[in-house]
Amino acid sequence: MSRLPPLTPLAVIGFFGAAAFILLAGFAPWLAPHPVSEVVGGVWEPPSADALLGTDNIGRDLFSRLVWGARVTFAIAALATALAFLLGVSLGFYAAVRRGWVDQLLSRLNDLLMAIPTLIFALVVLAVLPKTMIVLVLVMAILEATRVFRVSRAIAADLVVLDYVEVARLRGESWRWVILREILPNALSPLLAELGLRFAFSILFLSTLSFLGLGVQPPIADWGSLVKENKDGLLFGVFAALIPGAAIAILVICINLVVDWMLQKTTSLKRGRRDG
Amino acid sequence: MLAAPKGGGLSLWAMLARRLALGLVLLWAVSLVIFAGTQILPGDVASAMLGQQATPAAVASIRQELGLEQPAAVRYVKWLGGAVTGDFGRSYSNRQDIAKSIAPRLKNTLLLAAMAAAIAIPLSIALGIACALTAGSWIDRTIGLVTLSAISLPEFFAGYLLIAYFSVMHLWLPSSATVSEGMSLGQRFVVMLLPCLTLVLAVVGHMMRMTRVALLNVMTSPYIETALLKGLPRSRIVWKHALPNAVSPIVNVVALNLAYLVVGVVVVEVIFVYPGMGQYLVDHVAKRDVPVVQATGLVFAAIYILLNIAADMISVIANPRLRHPR
Amino acid sequence: MGDVLLKVTDLEIKAGATTIVDRVSFTLDKGRVLGLIGESGAGKSTIGLASLGHTREGLRITGGRAELNGRDILAPASAKARYLTSASVTYVAQSAAAAFNPAHRLIDQVIEATLGHKLMRRSEALARAKSLFGLLGLPDPAHFGDRYPHQASGGQLQRAMTAMALCSSPELIVFDEPTTALDVTTQIDVLAAIKHAIVKTGTAALYISHDLAVVAQVADEILVLRHGRMVERGPVERIFAAPVEVYTKHLVSLRRSEKLLTAGGGNVLLRVSGITAGYAKGVDVLNDVSFDVVRGETLAVVGESGSGKSTLARVITGLLPARSGTLQFEGKSLDPSLTRRDAPTHRNIQIVNQIPDLALNPRQTVEAILSRPLAFYFGLKGSALRAHVSTLLDQIELPSALADRYPAELSGGQKQRICIARALAADPGLIICDEPTSALDPLVADGILDLLMRLQKEAGTSYLFITHDLSIVRSIADSVVVMLGGKVVRSGGKTEVLAPPFDSYTEKLIASVPEMRPGWLDDALAGRGRPGTLER
Repeated sequence: MSRLPPLTPLAVIGFFGAAAFILLAGFAPWLAPHPVSEVVGGVWEPPSADALLGTDNIGRDLFSRLVWGARVTFAIAALATALAFLLGVSLGFYAAVRRGWVDQLLSRLNDLLMAIPTLIFALVVLAVLPKTMIVLVLVMAILEATRVFRVSRAIAADLVVLDYVEVARLRGESWRWVILREILPNALSPLLAELGLRFAFSILFLSTLSFLGLGVQPPIADWGSLVKENKDGLLFGVFAALIPGAAIAILVICINLVVDWMLQKTTSLKRGRRDG
Repeated sequence: MLAAPKGGGLSLWAMLARRLALGLVLLWAVSLVIFAGTQILPGDVASAMLGQQATPAAVASIRQELGLEQPAAVRYVKWLGGAVTGDFGRSYSNRQDIAKSIAPRLKNTLLLAAMAAAIAIPLSIALGIACALTAGSWIDRTIGLVTLSAISLPEFFAGYLLIAYFSVMHLWLPSSATVSEGMSLGQRFVVMLLPCLTLVLAVVGHMMRMTRVALLNVMTSPYIETALLKGLPRSRIVWKHALPNAVSPIVNVVALNLAYLVVGVVVVEVIFVYPGMGQYLVDHVAKRDVPVVQATGLVFAAIYILLNIAADMISVIANPRLRHPR
Repeated sequence: MGDVLLKVTDLEIKAGATTIVDRVSFTLDKGRVLGLIGESGAGKSTIGLASLGHTREGLRITGGRAELNGRDILAPASAKARYLTSASVTYVAQSAAAAFNPAHRLIDQVIEATLGHKLMRRSEALARAKSLFGLLGLPDPAHFGDRYPHQASGGQLQRAMTAMALCSSPELIVFDEPTTALDVTTQIDVLAAIKHAIVKTGTAALYISHDLAVVAQVADEILVLRHGRMVERGPVERIFAAPVEVYTKHLVSLRRSEKLLTAGGGNVLLRVSGITAGYAKGVDVLNDVSFDVVRGETLAVVGESGSGKSTLARVITGLLPARSGTLQFEGKSLDPSLTRRDAPTHRNIQIVNQIPDLALNPRQTVEAILSRPLAFYFGLKGSALRAHVSTLLDQIELPSALADRYPAELSGGQKQRICIARALAADPGLIICDEPTSALDPLVADGILDLLMRLQKEAGTSYLFITHDLSIVRSIADSVVVMLGGKVVRSGGKTEVLAPPFDSYTEKLIASVPEMRPGWLDDALAGRGRPGTLER
């Protein structure tokens, strides 16, 4: 990317944190000292050589569960974000270049979906849908896609009226060429920032759902589930629940640092962040 | 006024009426989506509600109770007709009148959200203005970094962090926010302090950052340069020339985040066991109690839409072009 | 020579490492008007703002002095110094529409500085503002100030801003291209009002413009700038009669030669008959427009903003299908919609846009931009394609080394040449030129016009040339269509259209075009037989 601003120390920290998370998720089997469900000691034991961060509510190694949980969190959030972009960007670009009734229809439908707060919408449909990973990914992807649609439609609508896009249309170029060669290359940097933003939001959203007991179901656990499992310890002075919580916070801060750096030039995109 | 409004342009009142009407249409469409959202299951609601205990007899009895043998359209009309008149039917899991269960909880939720808003709005606008005025300085960057972190905290982490410090380590404030009818306002206030703080933390970052951007955008306008060239003091430039034009974007920002309170409140109520709408909704989602979920979902969506319409209207009123048509 | 009011010595202003203003020195006496003239990037606005003790963000004064009545206005950037300067130097911006705060009534903004400096009581300031509104020819001076900025027209706002600048009785006003954004027929009125007001009040002024013809009407002296350096300075009459520097000579002699008419008798390439079109429902931007474009000739479409001339281009290209009327190309009927036209038709009608920055994809190299039409229409590949691209670059007088560059690495004139080459690559019958020179500096624009004329001679391409500038029409057109409010008010061969008897609009249009000589404004106003202070 030629238009990115020079790296700042904060952006470097952000990149470092995000990379560490991806490594953790990728190399979980080699990094985790214990299998995910193995009971290694008593309930909520303090940190020891065997359990680096202590044990959880039924005596499993919290550190190992954190490492395995990174995998689940990453897989679901990344999959949902990727799907959301595939759906949101293609429909958003399509609406922007076709204009007319196609655009009206898609945009109004999107407004309608966005008129319901994401979490409320998710809760309503999760009340009847089976609690599987596929359903979870799909629900998250569709809700995210509405936000991606709005952003990418706006970006493409700004570009499609530019003279060079019109020149290509006058030449008789196909929509495929117009979208892939004239619009997409010029939309990449704002879309990349949006990708980071949506990924951060996906992680928060997934953790929240799991925390409420409506996301990832046992025996599989993401970071949100780990908070839920260990939250009762808090009242006994056991802070095990705070560790996965802090992990989520640190990861999202890191991603936001990277996004902030990418957005330095284009402040307008910041408006779209975590909108309900 | 100098010139009477020319034909074609809408007067202020007509515009407000139009927004309100559009809001109602939207609310109706949302009711359709929420109803449809609970019917998208490949099988039917009855077996989903029962899960593994779905014996044919039990399924049949629920089907009858929910009137599932009727077509979806008929059920929707009945449900919406009831909802408009304040009748949401009975809960499947505990047989209680849903409207009666919602009323006190709605009051609690709105109280909590209002308390959080009362702290968060002035705080974030003040911080946003402070940052915009000192843009680029260490004050701006420090506040920016702190709020960026606040944005990134999941509500449950922020909530438990507060509990760990204020309830477990110091025993200053209660960790659960159970309120009851008999409590005095002062008692309520103490109990609600932690959930309220958690909510404030959840929205203040966005509000402050967006206020800052809105104000900075205005500060780059040519008319601010004009004011500078007039030799006006900085305070006058900010208060008289920048802020009136930033009202409209700031109102939008505030409303957007108030709407976010609607989401944040759900999680916060669960953390602090606060008897509000959010906890009610989450409980019944787990129980797959469809009538309750539909009702609470609709109420939440209505609040959200109302807030957005209100914001829309305030920013219309704040725009001099619309207040003083050509 | 009177007392020195403003003395600028060796002023140097930088943006990062780039020098924007390079050791500029001049003096301005009380009650005199100095014209700062130069193309974009000449540093004229930066100098103007520095005279107010102000620099825009990102710029820094790295050397020199500016003194107002002997007091340094640059060195101590203290609030007090700025405050003092702001009372005696005021500013009129290019876009008053943006420079007025939309949230407040005009009158409050006009008297704000006067009250802020405690120069007058409120009632006195109001009275002065109203008398200035009258002096500047604003309608209903007693109540004009009650309007909000969006309730006044562009020309009115420029006058109101002049009134605002005059209100505190400053010693110096900096006018920064105050009429550039206006239509010519509005420009002449605003120009006359500004001149009238500064002569009446005896205020000194720095008048900044890229348009020498405009500056010549108001200034006593002219300072020519280029790339941040001084080129030449002298009294207006001397600059016009005996310019010394080559650059100044070019600027002064920018009276374009008139195009000799082609022999005529060519057949009709494009016939536009009875076109009515518009965007919003029920609003016609074009109304029953008809004309012919002859093969190998140039038809100029002249009109001011809002006349519908750019919409006409969109209708002909098929981007905006007409509501009624027909288009014929080479005798065959042309489908109203772009998407239903065939490839030869697409190829035959090309366009060159107003702003080359927007017309070139920033992510494609010059080679990619020029190759695409060659590959798309003619299926050229490999070495044949590369050879053709370098021929095209040759034709537009650019070195073939530019092929690897991205648009951001080219100058404005080079970019517009690339756009022309791209149109040319399709070997079209007709090129629609939509104000192709209005975003360019005068000398660069001249080069583009010469290029277009040469290419027409070589390739026999027809041009439909959209412009607001009558002097361009004289130098490039064979026939002319004059448009007003979406209708054709006059059309025909150039000599007939531009010669009397005129209709009233064409006459006003022709009379409003500034001529490159001092004293034109006075003559034009005298010719109208009324003081030029009424707008439309």
